Amino acid sequence: MKRIYLDNAATTKPRSEVIEAMLPYQTEKYGNPSSLHSMGREAAEAMEESRATIAKHLGSKPEEIYFVASGTEANNTVLKGVAFQKKKGHIITQTTEHDCVINATKWLGSQGFDITFLDVDDKGVVHEDTLREAMRDDTILVSIMAANNEIGTIQAINRLGAIAHEGKALFHTDAVQAFGKMPLSLENIDFLSASAHKLYGPRGVGFLFKRDGVWITPLLHGGGHERGLRSSTENVAGIVGFAKATELAFAEMGSEAAREIALRDSLIKGVLEIKDSWLNGHPTNRLPNNANFGFRFIEGEGLVLRLDLKGIEASTGSACSSKNLRPSHVLTSMGLKAEDAHGSLRLTLGRESTKADMDYVLEMLPGVVESLRAMSPLTE
Amino acid sequence: MAMMYSKKVMEHMESPKNVGSIENADGVGKVGNPVCGDVMSMFIKVENGIITDIKFKTYGCGAAIATSSMMTEMVKGKTIGEAEKITKDQLAKELDGLPNIKLHCSVLAVDALHKAIADYKGKHK
Repeated sequence: MKRIYLDNAATTKPRSEVIEAMLPYQTEKYGNPSSLHSMGREAAEAMEESRATIAKHLGSKPEEIYFVASGTEANNTVLKGVAFQKKKGHIITQTTEHDCVINATKWLGSQGFDITFLDVDDKGVVHEDTLREAMRDDTILVSIMAANNEIGTIQAINRLGAIAHEGKALFHTDAVQAFGKMPLSLENIDFLSASAHKLYGPRGVGFLFKRDGVWITPLLHGGGHERGLRSSTENVAGIVGFAKATELAFAEMGSEAAREIALRDSLIKGVLEIKDSWLNGHPTNRLPNNANFGFRFIEGEGLVLRLDLKGIEASTGSACSSKNLRPSHVLTSMGLKAEDAHGSLRLTLGRESTKADMDYVLEMLPGVVESLRAMSPLTE
Repeated sequence: MAMMYSKKVMEHMESPKNVGSIENADGVGKVGNPVCGDVMSMFIKVENGIITDIKFKTYGCGAAIATSSMMTEMVKGKTIGEAEKITKDQLAKELDGLPNIKLHCSVLAVDALHKAIADYKGKHK
């Protein structure tokens, strides 16, 4: 059966150019960048070239890019690193952040820091006034994601960053979903997190942008790699792959975004013809590849499993698919009732998605929804 | 994390048995809550103390649908007494196991059946 992969917000298929660029660093060029001999220097050079490539596309200095193992690590490094550095104070984030930001901040709350979770509106947007009102003299850090992983809602990070800077706070954005998919300006940003596997790069490598002149306490102490911020022997192959993926993503960004938006909007239009369905998130201010729907009377896990049987790979914010049996905090934060959050379906397109894929989804989805509704006691 | 469902659970998920409702059922049991993401209704037809027909409607995850379906298969043709003795563990075993986090679905299926039987008994005192 043909498989249609519409879970690109979860992870993406590494591009062949990326794998090809990485391969030598997993085979003959296996040197440790810290070694003084020529193979070590060769690895160090490849790593620094990669850093420069990423910095060029992001608009930073190369020395402001720190390689880490994941988006989760980048986010934890900033949140805990700032907190450990400042030792006390107030941290602001918001309710639809990724679990790693939510749970790291909650943990800092248990360690004596004051935490504020800003509310979002019914489209998942953080309003500037909401942040302004929450700012305090002792606010040390504001962390607001660039774009949401479930609903794709894009936040006005530069304006929010400016508000953080009106006070004494530093501003961090989790750009794991946004990096490579939309232009990002660093104007009011002190820290930015990104991950390679969301843009057709390898798993296990991410980066943290940290503005020059801002120091934070490292999570890992050791040999002083990454200018003391992240000790660990570097994942050279992963870093080279990340740079290649970045280069390709930025070269194609405009045209690919336009292509995905057109496909996605046709998908949204078709899906919303299904009775008792709706779009979660913002109608226009969302990532090019994200569509997130709600269907009344049915539960998302059943929906995902039945779509899988038709060859469609999707995801849901339903409680049943989660480890804690609670529905998506993103959907409930926007004001969705738990029973409506259970019936959510996320379809995230990628560079291999085609019009034929959208047509196939639109051909299969109504019947799958109908079959689950026929089984549901809630429709009576 | 993806749920590791057995092949049997997936089969029941794909083609559940005895879906629907029974008009003028002898007993009806509805349990669960849409807020929690699981609701199960069971309908039984009873003749001479034997459950001759059983149907279900379920709103819930793959495990909830599969346990409902399996329960109806296990119950059909059994006496009330035999049906009442079916445990959540037997149900999970018949499905070649359920992920730990989904074991409550088997509890729900047992509860729904018990409620339907209680409804039948209440009407036929």
